[in-house]
Amino acid sequence: MQVSFLSPTARGADGRASSRKDDQDMDLDFSDLLGQHQTPKGSKDFKDGSIHVVTPGETITSDTQFMRGHGTYVEQEKLVSSVAGVVERVNKLISVKALNTRYSGEIGDVVVGRITEVTQKRWKVDVNGRQDAILMLSSINLPGGVQRRKQESDELQMRTFFMEGDLVVAELQAFFHDGAYSLHTRSLKYGKLRNGSFISVAPALVQRCKSHFHSLSMGVDVILGLNGYIWVSAYVPQNLDEIDTEQVYSNKNKEDISAEDRERIARVSNCILALAQELMFINDTVITFAYEASLQYPLKDLIKQEVKAAIANEAAASVDNLRG
Amino acid sequence: MLISLQRKDRASLEPAQGSFSHHRQHGLRIDGRRTTELRKIRSITSTLSQADGSAYLEHGNTKILAAVYGPREVRSKTNIIHERCYINVEFSMAPFSTTERRRRAKTDKRMLEIAQFVKQSFEPVVLTQIYPRSQVDIYLQILQHDGGILEACINATTLALMDAGVAMEDYVCACTAGWIDKEPALDLNSVEEAQDTSEMTVALLPKSGKIALLQMEARLHVDKLEEVLQLASDGCRQIHTVLDRTIRDRAEDLAHKMPSSS
Repeated sequence: MQVSFLSPTARGADGRASSRKDDQDMDLDFSDLLGQHQTPKGSKDFKDGSIHVVTPGETITSDTQFMRGHGTYVEQEKLVSSVAGVVERVNKLISVKALNTRYSGEIGDVVVGRITEVTQKRWKVDVNGRQDAILMLSSINLPGGVQRRKQESDELQMRTFFMEGDLVVAELQAFFHDGAYSLHTRSLKYGKLRNGSFISVAPALVQRCKSHFHSLSMGVDVILGLNGYIWVSAYVPQNLDEIDTEQVYSNKNKEDISAEDRERIARVSNCILALAQELMFINDTVITFAYEASLQYPLKDLIKQEVKAAIANEAAASVDNLRG
Repeated sequence: MLISLQRKDRASLEPAQGSFSHHRQHGLRIDGRRTTELRKIRSITSTLSQADGSAYLEHGNTKILAAVYGPREVRSKTNIIHERCYINVEFSMAPFSTTERRRRAKTDKRMLEIAQFVKQSFEPVVLTQIYPRSQVDIYLQILQHDGGILEACINATTLALMDAGVAMEDYVCACTAGWIDKEPALDLNSVEEAQDTSEMTVALLPKSGKIALLQMEARLHVDKLEEVLQLASDGCRQIHTVLDRTIRDRAEDLAHKMPSSS
């Protein structure tokens, strides 16, 4: 059992695998440091105590050499947990990772969000965080050609770009002083979402990867937002050189989405929900395996709990096979 | 996730004879408990799929469902607090929760008061300053009313907030105690409450022993206060072990199920 579930998948990355081993060694020595702490019941299952579960108000360590991270606070020189979750340590920084929380972003994250409000010069976007993120008019690609300055007329027609309820994919650009996120869509990868369906899973299940835009082999595009919002859409051939900038903000779906395409989108969506139900990491490989496993069931059975569990188990087995 | 700290309620085995009264038989209360005994507590977290955190709590025959949404964007601009989060508590009782089927108005003063008590006991315990300009919504619904609804509300809210991963200094554990028949008694049920008893609700932070809430509406002789308060505090500590078991089991369960990347 590994300590950190935030580390990226070991898809052939040897360098990463070895560095993770070091982490584990550190955790061993960490649990010795916390020897005074009462180990939780059933901790014998936790191999070498590397999973250390704490609940709010529980003292993690009274050693003053450690620094206070997320999910902890200091009281009378003791480091105390403020959430129920797993203790994580990076050198001298101790944090507690709650397992079921809202999204907490980092700069560079790809997120999927829904416009909740249009105000002067900015949109508010629900990204499953503790505040709505902000998308400034100055941080979107304005239609009508290459880089141009925003004008007053743009401000007046903001609803023609994004309206309340529209779904967008964007990148987290910066934080405001109060911790709110500032987004941008200044790339043709980002922008308004069309031709598909939206699903929401726990943010902890989507890992940071090289790419969050995937075109799956069954002819379905998937955008895995790090905030747990996922967009599953019909395949659209992308040629970044020939995109009509006027079409970027269009509200029209493409016309030729066949019944089969729609069925595939529904199947992929349900597969992702099945993986989420079984708390499995969600990435393009696992989705493909789950999709293949789901083909033996009719589409309408995919909402059944036991079918979902079976699909997720089969996908997990395929992943294990792949890794050998 | 069934937690049985106390003996099963023996009400069914030893029904009260004649009218409802506190007169004990063999030193037992109307539902067969001793004076210092809690009712059976069962609790489950993450019962609702759409809420960020939720909990179902049974305290004897009192049953309650709590849902927590947030921290999220403030719904109404007037509620924005720049340096901390706003906590909103809504309390309701199902029409079928009491012996007499009755729909209660949203403006029922007793219900608003309970919501206010819950809000006041959690505001200093939730680390609100790390969620500036946000809002935490807490929705409480009584499904079955058998006394001690305030204590059940507070305990269920504690579980639901922790399930939602909201940062808190400590647990908030609540318990009632009262004075029945010249003796202090722990955790009164609705029959005991209905008689002319002085009942006290105490919410305690078990780690520091601080009191988050102390509520009493009837008269009680000051000499007896200490004893009743002590009994209720002991009850709070017992409840803490039960709630902690639920939270810890859930966290360990999740920690195991959460995928490892190897």
